[in-house]
Amino acid sequence: MDNLPWIFISALLVNNFVLTYFLGLCPFLGVSNSLETSARLGLATTFVMLVTAVCAWVLNTYVLIHAPYLRLICFIVVIASTVQFIEMLIKKLSPALFRAMGIFLPLITTNCAILGLAIFATNRGYGFWEGIVYALGAGIGFTLALVLLAGLREEAELSSIPKLIQGTAMNLIIAGILSMAFMGFAGLFSST
Amino acid sequence: MKNNQSYEEFIKGVWRDNPVFAQVLGMCPMLAVTNSAVNAVAMGMATFFVLVGSSFLVSSFRNWIPKQVRISCFIIIIATFVTIADYTLLALVPKVHKELGAFIPLIVANCLILGRQEAFASRYPTRLAVMDAVGMATGFLLALFSLGAVREILGDGALFGVKLFGANFEPWVIMILPPGGFLTLGVILLFFNWFKFKKDEFLEDVAEAERSGH
Repeated sequence: MDNLPWIFISALLVNNFVLTYFLGLCPFLGVSNSLETSARLGLATTFVMLVTAVCAWVLNTYVLIHAPYLRLICFIVVIASTVQFIEMLIKKLSPALFRAMGIFLPLITTNCAILGLAIFATNRGYGFWEGIVYALGAGIGFTLALVLLAGLREEAELSSIPKLIQGTAMNLIIAGILSMAFMGFAGLFSST
Repeated sequence: MKNNQSYEEFIKGVWRDNPVFAQVLGMCPMLAVTNSAVNAVAMGMATFFVLVGSSFLVSSFRNWIPKQVRISCFIIIIATFVTIADYTLLALVPKVHKELGAFIPLIVANCLILGRQEAFASRYPTRLAVMDAVGMATGFLLALFSLGAVREILGDGALFGVKLFGANFEPWVIMILPPGGFLTLGVILLFFNWFKFKKDEFLEDVAEAERSGH
């Protein structure tokens, strides 16, 4: 139980999913053009991550002991159906929230950060609470990276940038600099 | 004529619609495993196998897969091939497998593969689908290799583990760390933009000249 805060900070800053592990880059580069949508997408992803962490733990503990080679297929099916289920649930319970999230909910299925989270948590042998805290840290870290890039891109829209560098090339270079900044957290603690 | 079309599909993936440089798909493995040329090539081969295998299967079954559940079917087919690739790499090259780590199972979530199944393999006959997959996968492999080679040469002074520059070379360590991936790909895309820019300019000049000539 002592290492819960460290797991959280590690997933949030030191081993940030987007800027250090390169997971979830498609939404990171695709939808980070406005602060509001990226914050919303980040929250939705965090939520799916939490549910996935719980499902992965249940699967690992009760089902996959008997058939480890089915791990990947099980995880991907569980994630896809969870996202579908959450989508239906939100649609039923709160149509306003559903409209606000729009297309981003179904797209979360193909976000490799989610599958990555399930696989990393399994490889490290995290228990129930550790998995949840890890998912929370990873999700908030994802949101943080997304919001930071969106803020920078909104600023960049207003300045005059050579036509040549606009678009993905510029976003990648901004992301590179952000990633360099996050490397500063690397010495925060020594037990990764 | 049929041969021509196959060739067309192949070359499209390698150059004109290169999955990484032109469509910016499959970025996650692209950046994560390209810190050395060996890893990049291993990843490229694994993706090649998965993409070609699943394109073949999806295209063969395209008339039997119900439209409503097609995405799930594609994903299960892809996941099967990824599992095969995972265990094969573990058996043949355990060292590389260890370095690639979680990124081999993550091929499942590579949007390039699912994208090809949805956009191409599920609509065209098997032969064309396989050619398309081979082209796309070769393009992806080339992109991975060029990024991996640049990063390894700059960051480690070596290529495939062979030192290139002798003892006085000061490695540019940042290039094999995460930021280097973003920066290198950014610069390569910049180069591609420049190329396209020049080409458009040239075509415009030609059109202009033709108009004034008549």
